Amino acid sequence: MGASDPDQQFVQLLTPDGERVEHPDYRFDSGAADEAATIRGLYRDMVLTRRIDTESTALQRHGELGLWAQLLGQEAAQIGSGRALATQDFAFPTYREHGVAYCRGLDPLRVLSLYRGCDQGDWDPREHNFANYTVVIGAQALHATGYAMGVQRDGLVGTGDSERDTAVIAYFGDGATAQGDVSEAMVFAASYHAPVVFFCQNNQFAISATTDRQSRIPLYQRSRGFGFPGVRVDGNDVLAVHAVTTAALQRAREGNGPTLVEAYTYRMGAHTTTDDPTRYRMAEEVEQWRAKDPLTRVELYLSRYGLASPEWFADLAEEADELGHQLRERCKALTDPDPLGIFEQVYVEQTDELARQRDEYAAYRATFVSESAGQEVGA
Amino acid sequence: MTRMTLAKALNAGLRKALEGDEKVTLMGEDVGRLGGVFRVTEGLQKDFGDDRVLDSPLAESGIIGTAVGMAMRGYRPVCEIQFDGFVYPAYDQIVSQVAKLHFRTRGKVQMSMVIRIPYGGGIGAVEHHSESPEAQFAHTPGLKVVTCSNPADAYVMIQQAIASDDPVIFLEPKRQYHADKVEVDDTADLSAAQPLFTSKVARPGSDVTLLAYGPMVRTCLKAAEAAEAEGRSIEVIDLRSLSPLDLGPVEESVRRTGRVVVAHEAHLNLGMGAEIAARLAETCFYSLEAPVLRVAAFDTPYPPSRIEEDYLPDLDRILDAVDRTYGF
Repeated sequence: MGASDPDQQFVQLLTPDGERVEHPDYRFDSGAADEAATIRGLYRDMVLTRRIDTESTALQRHGELGLWAQLLGQEAAQIGSGRALATQDFAFPTYREHGVAYCRGLDPLRVLSLYRGCDQGDWDPREHNFANYTVVIGAQALHATGYAMGVQRDGLVGTGDSERDTAVIAYFGDGATAQGDVSEAMVFAASYHAPVVFFCQNNQFAISATTDRQSRIPLYQRSRGFGFPGVRVDGNDVLAVHAVTTAALQRAREGNGPTLVEAYTYRMGAHTTTDDPTRYRMAEEVEQWRAKDPLTRVELYLSRYGLASPEWFADLAEEADELGHQLRERCKALTDPDPLGIFEQVYVEQTDELARQRDEYAAYRATFVSESAGQEVGA
Repeated sequence: MTRMTLAKALNAGLRKALEGDEKVTLMGEDVGRLGGVFRVTEGLQKDFGDDRVLDSPLAESGIIGTAVGMAMRGYRPVCEIQFDGFVYPAYDQIVSQVAKLHFRTRGKVQMSMVIRIPYGGGIGAVEHHSESPEAQFAHTPGLKVVTCSNPADAYVMIQQAIASDDPVIFLEPKRQYHADKVEVDDTADLSAAQPLFTSKVARPGSDVTLLAYGPMVRTCLKAAEAAEAEGRSIEVIDLRSLSPLDLGPVEESVRRTGRVVVAHEAHLNLGMGAEIAARLAETCFYSLEAPVLRVAAFDTPYPPSRIEEDYLPDLDRILDAVDRTYGF
């Protein structure tokens, strides 16, 4: 590996071969919990997240979902960061953060419901401190920054009370770093010293465009121009992602301002189920990254050092199968929304014009119902 | 009662809102230390602090996008866009996020936000400082769009907009900011005031119905005065709310007059006048003696300021249209 190889530059605590390595600035900290149990927990999270993802891809192929945005390969980036969040912290996702959603306690069915076309991701963000999926690239980086400015005004930064001090995390991808909104978010966050962590999953692709189309310098170095630190972490190393994100969140909670974390990873699947990545990347490259799989290295580590038994792995596989089965059945049982419901919640205070449109459309629909009812009566 | 300009009335209304609700937060370029380029926010940062009156970085999408996050945290941001022509960098956040979040989340996220935009021409400004983008926002479901035409309405309407749980685009006729001082009842009970999303008769009349809003109301009132001298009675209605439209008083008027002219500074094509004409054709077809005529800016970009008086509808063009309603 040459000096310019990114592997030489990022924070890594667990190698693709499953060996723990030291880093001068970061170490994995399980807090008061047993370390092996914590690592087993992270592994379990990744396995279940991968199952949610592969099951959903299959559901799309079977026509049960209109679309699915796969996270395959990004499990460590999402679980490592998602598990670093404190209960009071708040996350702003893109449309691919299924692993973070899982960490926050959101029922995966809510995400499937969005991709099935039953709703637009209408969970209450306050329920799990997890904002609604954002489809417009980079828009949520500003929302996260504004939310963090609100947290500041609520006096929940730098109080020294770990139960109260709050950080906000904004998720986005490498493509989003080219968006003006992400730059503006970093300007605002730096200017107001907002308690926000910008968490960029560099999965190497914005659909088909490689990261060098978005940036001439490594993405984490962008932060320097905005006036706050940036760090690149092995995005396939759940321990390193957890350690780096924990430190960045803590820095924000203490009132020391924003951090940019670049999780260097790889999108193993397609951009979404409508995409065909064989048109723009080589199979060899995918195979090279497969050797760095985020789950395999933890499995190797846990097995090699006797931290998890074969029975434990077998039980987990069974649990994942059951989760997949349940999700499949629940997805198929989702019902379509009431078409007349679209007139509600456009506004808090309904307008006369919309009420009129609803009534007219309801009356129009009723003519079809009565006609078919009439036919039934005639038959 | 206090005599004040429209700018001062807005300032007094904003002060009231800041006093009345600690979640109200003003944000925008130069709104703090400078008091805004039109001085609408003058003195507010000094009195309420820079946590509540924020001088923002120079980035319009940033202002609205961070306001979305603050609204999600329970604040009520009141954002100032410095000039109409500079709202477009924020257009995506306004149309894709502010307008849709309540709908997308089936009511779980409220966007209680006001976006103040000085708009309209006639001030001799350079390009991008004289535009009328109201139709672009009125066309967007999820937004409400209002505009004031006089200091008394400005004082009340800005407070009502801030109290609204829906996002409100609040258009301020910049030509009127310092135009004249009138009596404003700054002790009035807001709950007794005319509701925000309603139109009102600005001058009663019986021959022709003349519809206007924002900066055109003053011009139309002058046109009505001039017409009266010639024995023609024009009823001027100040629409005030562009989305939703309150056409009840308009229809009532049209059923009496049978003749309608709509005047606005915005372009003719797909402007507010087009929607109003279509609706009146549906609701007042048998009362109309003539087609609904529109007096608007031409479908060109805003011209250099030395010839803007040719471009903007004025008293004569409005009265010409009134005359033409008798030609059918």
